[in-house]
Amino acid sequence: MKRLAAIGVHAAILLAVAFALYPVLWVVSLALSPHESPGAIPWPTEPSLDAMREVVLRTDDEGRYLFLMQTGASLLVAFSTALVAILIATPAAYALSRFRFVGKDASQQALLATQMFPGVAAAIPLYLILDALGLIDHLGGLTLVYATTAVPFAIFQLKGAFDTIPRDLEEAAMVDGATPFEAFRKVVLPAARPALAVTALFAFMTAWNEFILAATFLSREEIFTLPVVLQRYVGEHRAQWGHFAAGAIVVSVPVMALFYWLQRHLVGGLTAGGVKG
Amino acid sequence: MKRALTALALVLAGALPARAEPLRLWHAYGGAEEVALREAVRAFERETGQEVDLLAVAFGAYLAKLESAIPTGRGPDVFIDAHERLTTYVDAHLVAPYGGEVPASLEGEPLIPLRTEGRLYGLPLSLKCAALYLNDDLVPEDPGSLDALVATPVGEDRFPLVMEAENGYYVAAILHALGGELLTPTGEYDFQGPAAETTLTWLAEQVGAGRIPDEATGELVQRLFASGRAAAAISGPWLAPDLPEDLRWRVIPLPPLTAGGRPLEPYLTVEAVFAAADEARSPERVAATEALMRYLATGRGARIRAETARQVVADAAAWTSPALADDTFLRTFRAAADTARPMPTDPRMRMTFVPAQRALRRVLRGGEAPADALAASARTFADDTRPPPAERDPTLALVVFGLLLLLLVGYWVHRVRDPAVRVALLDSLPAYRWVAHAFFAVFALVILPLLVGAAVSLFAGRGRDLHYVGLANYADILTARGGDLLGDRSFYVVLGVTVLWTVLNVALHLLVGVFLALLLNRPKLRLRGVYRVLLILPWAVPSYVTALAWKGMFHRQLGAINAILEALGAEPVSWFAHFGTAFAANLATNVWLGFPFMMVVTLGALSSIPDSLYEAAQVDGATRGQRFRRITFPLLVPALAPAVVMGAVWTFNMFNVVFLVSGGEPGGSTEILVSEAYRWAFTRGQLYGYAAAYAVLIFGILALWTRATVWIGGRKERRVRRARDAAAKELATS
Repeated sequence: MKRLAAIGVHAAILLAVAFALYPVLWVVSLALSPHESPGAIPWPTEPSLDAMREVVLRTDDEGRYLFLMQTGASLLVAFSTALVAILIATPAAYALSRFRFVGKDASQQALLATQMFPGVAAAIPLYLILDALGLIDHLGGLTLVYATTAVPFAIFQLKGAFDTIPRDLEEAAMVDGATPFEAFRKVVLPAARPALAVTALFAFMTAWNEFILAATFLSREEIFTLPVVLQRYVGEHRAQWGHFAAGAIVVSVPVMALFYWLQRHLVGGLTAGGVKG
Repeated sequence: MKRALTALALVLAGALPARAEPLRLWHAYGGAEEVALREAVRAFERETGQEVDLLAVAFGAYLAKLESAIPTGRGPDVFIDAHERLTTYVDAHLVAPYGGEVPASLEGEPLIPLRTEGRLYGLPLSLKCAALYLNDDLVPEDPGSLDALVATPVGEDRFPLVMEAENGYYVAAILHALGGELLTPTGEYDFQGPAAETTLTWLAEQVGAGRIPDEATGELVQRLFASGRAAAAISGPWLAPDLPEDLRWRVIPLPPLTAGGRPLEPYLTVEAVFAAADEARSPERVAATEALMRYLATGRGARIRAETARQVVADAAAWTSPALADDTFLRTFRAAADTARPMPTDPRMRMTFVPAQRALRRVLRGGEAPADALAASARTFADDTRPPPAERDPTLALVVFGLLLLLLVGYWVHRVRDPAVRVALLDSLPAYRWVAHAFFAVFALVILPLLVGAAVSLFAGRGRDLHYVGLANYADILTARGGDLLGDRSFYVVLGVTVLWTVLNVALHLLVGVFLALLLNRPKLRLRGVYRVLLILPWAVPSYVTALAWKGMFHRQLGAINAILEALGAEPVSWFAHFGTAFAANLATNVWLGFPFMMVVTLGALSSIPDSLYEAAQVDGATRGQRFRRITFPLLVPALAPAVVMGAVWTFNMFNVVFLVSGGEPGGSTEILVSEAYRWAFTRGQLYGYAAAYAVLIFGILALWTRATVWIGGRKERRVRRARDAAAKELATS
C-alpha cells in the first residue's frame, strides 16, 4: 500500500515535471534545428549548433565579439540593479518593520499602489527625466530605473523578513552597548540573509528580462542588453526563430544557475514576504 | 545648454573629437541587408573621411525609439524606413525635408511617394512588393492566372499555392485587380462592396478546398515553399534568403486572378533614407547628412546593396551594370514594382490592416458571410479613427486642482500646529533617516513618471499632438463610446474577461502549486531536490521567450500541441479561432509560468509549521485528512494570502502572455484591460490619452480590490489566530 502511494506520488510529480519541461525542450530543439519546426516530440533530427554559433560569435566591423560584450553589459546592469535595489530597500524596509513614524501607512500604501499601475504609460516621462539627468544611452541610467522599479517589491519582501526576526536579538545587542545601526548590521542583516538573497534574485530578474525600456533608452549596440538583442531576430518580414531560440537559451542559463544556487534560500526567503497593508 | 555641457564633459574627459562628430544612422535591417548597408557605409567613410555610427534597432521598438529620441536631440541624423510612415513622421516633426540636389537617376516613380505637401522627404533606396514564387519541379510552365495555378494537380500533402490569406497587405493585390481598394485617396475605409466580397469568396473557396493552407503566417509560407510542400508562394523579396540551395525556383510578376483579367496589383513599399529633424544641425552637418543619403541611394552604395543583399534598388543607373541586368530575380521584382501600387502614406492606411484581418479571419476561420464580416470591419475602423473629444478650457480644472492643493496644505499646517503631531514628527526623524533615500528614488523614478502618465489621461489627440479634454476619455470608456455596453470592445466586456482571467489563473496557480508542494513535502520522498529544481524551471526562463514558445506550440499547422493531438488520433484544433480555445491557450501558458511561485511560497510556509503539531495530532490519533484540515490548511492560509493578493495584481496586468500568445485573437475577444490599453496606445493610432485613462481605471480597480482584501483579510486573520490558539491549547492539554 505504502509502495503504491509512493509510486502514485512520483507519477504525479513526473507528470508535472513533463509539463514544466516540455516548452523548454521545445525551445532547445528549435535552437538546434533551425531549418525545421519541432514536432510532437521535441528532439532535433539533425542537431546543429549553427544558430547558436552565429548568435554567440557575432562580431562587429572591428572584430569585437558583440554578443559577449552585450552579455557583459546585461550582467553588469542586472547585478548592479540587484545591488542598488538592496541598498535602497533594506534600510527603508527595516524602518517600516521596526519604527513608528508619521506617514508610515501612507508610504506602504503608495508602495503597493506602484505595483498596480501598468508601467507602459511611464516610458516617455521616464525618458524625459533620464534625459534631464544626462543618463540616456547609459547603463547607469538603465540600472537606476530598474533598481527603483524593483524597490517597492523588495521593500515588501524585506519588511516581511524583518518582521519575523525577533526584536529581542537587537535589544540584547543594544543592552550590550551597540548603536541601533550596529544592531541592524550585526544582528538583523545576517539573520535576514536568505530573504536578501531572494530579493536580490528578483531584482536581478527584473533587469535581466526587461526589453521595452532598454530598447528605447539604449542607442549603442555594444551596450544593448540581451533581450533587446533577441528582439532583433524577429523582424518585420522575417523571423529567425532558430537564432531567437539559441539566444534565449543563453539568456536563460544565468538565471537558471542563480535559481539553482539560491533554491534553498528561495523556500525560506519567500515565506516572509508580506503585503499586509 | 545641454550641448554646451556635453562638450564640456568631453573636454574634461580629454576626448574632444578632432574631426567632425560621426553621423548617426539608424535602421531595422537584419541579415544580408544589414551586411550590405554596413559595407556601403564603410565605403562612404573611406571616400569622404566622415565617420558614421550605425545602429540596428529592433523593428518592434523602432517607432517608439524615434519618437522619444529625435525631439530630445538624441536621435539619429539619418534613418531608414518604409515610405508609408512618412506622413506620421512629418506630423510628429521627426523628419526634415531633403534640400540637396536630387540625383537624376532617382527621378521618376520611386520619388513620388516621398513627396508630401510639395516637399521632398528622403531619397529612395529600394522597392519592395510581392510577386509569385514558383517551384520549377512542380510548376514547370508559368500559370496564366491564379485560378489556373490553384487547379494545378500537385499531389498528396501539397498545396498549389501558399499565401498569407488573412493579411490585408497580400490580399489587397487581389482586391486592386478587381477594382477595389482598402482606403480611398481621401482616407475613407473602402474594404467593402462587390470587389471585396468577390475577393473574400474566392479566398474562402480556396482555403475551404485545401488549395491554400488556412491560418498561414509568414513563417508557414516560408516553411511550406522551402520544403517543396507548396508549388507556389506569394511573397516579397524577403523570402529568397530563407530558401535552401537545392530548391529549384523562379519568380514571376503576379498573374491575373482569372485568365484575361487585370494582373494582381500588390502594394509597393519604397524603402527610403530620411534625415531626422534637428533644427540645431549646422549647415556643414546638413551637407554631410545629405551626402550620406545620396551615397547610399545611388552609385556605389546602390550597387553594393543590389549585389550583396539583392535589394531591388531604386537607382536607375545601377541597372545598367551587367550583374544586375542579367539577374532575373531582381529584374522581375523591378518590373513588378512598376505595376505595383504605392502604399498611401495616410496614417489611416496602417489602421486598415487590423480591421481587414478581422474580416478575413471571420470569413476564413469562422465561415461568416463576407458582407457581414466586411460591415463589422468597417465599424471597427470607424471606431479606431473616430475624432478625439473636443478641446476644453482647463481653467476650471486648474482652479479646482489649486483649491485642493491649498486645502491639503492648510490641513497639514493645521495638523502640525497640534503639539501632539509635532512631537510625533520629531519622534519620526530618526526613522526618516532610514527611508529618505528610498523615498526620493522611488518618487523621482517610479511615482513621478506614473503621475505624469496618469495626467495624460486628461488629454486627447493622436501622437504628441495633444489637447486638454477633461474627463472626456473616461466618459468615453465608461459609456462604451456611446455604443452597446456589452458589445465588442466595451470596457465592461474586457473587464469581465480580465476578472475571469485573474480568478482562473490564481485558482489554478494555487491548486497546482499547493498540490505539488504537498507532494514534495512528504517526509521520505526521494529525488526531492531534483524535482524541485525541474519544477522551478518555468520561473527561471524569461517569460517573453516561453510565451513565444507556447504560441508556437499552439500553431495550427506547425505546433506541437496539434501534433500530439494527431498522434493520439484526434482532430487538430484551430486554437486561436475561438474564444474558448484561445483563452485556454493563454491560460495554459500563464499557469505554466506562475505555478512555481505558488509552489515555492507553499513549500516555505509548510516548512515553518512546527513538526510538534503533527506529532501531537498523531498521538491523538488524528487521520491524515484531519491533520490537513485542522493543522496544515489553517496555517497555510495566512502565509499564502499575501502571495495570492500579489499574484492576482500581477496576473491582472499580465501583458506578456496575452499579447504574445493569443494577441487578443479571435477578434480582440481575449484581450485583457492592460493589453487593450496597449492596443489603443500603439496599434490603434496612438491614442495615448485614451490608453492612459485605461491605465488609471486599472489602477482604480486594483486599489479598490486590495483595500477590500485587506479588510476581509483582517477579519480572517483574527479567525485564524483563534484557530491557532485553539490548536496550541489542544497541544498543551494533550
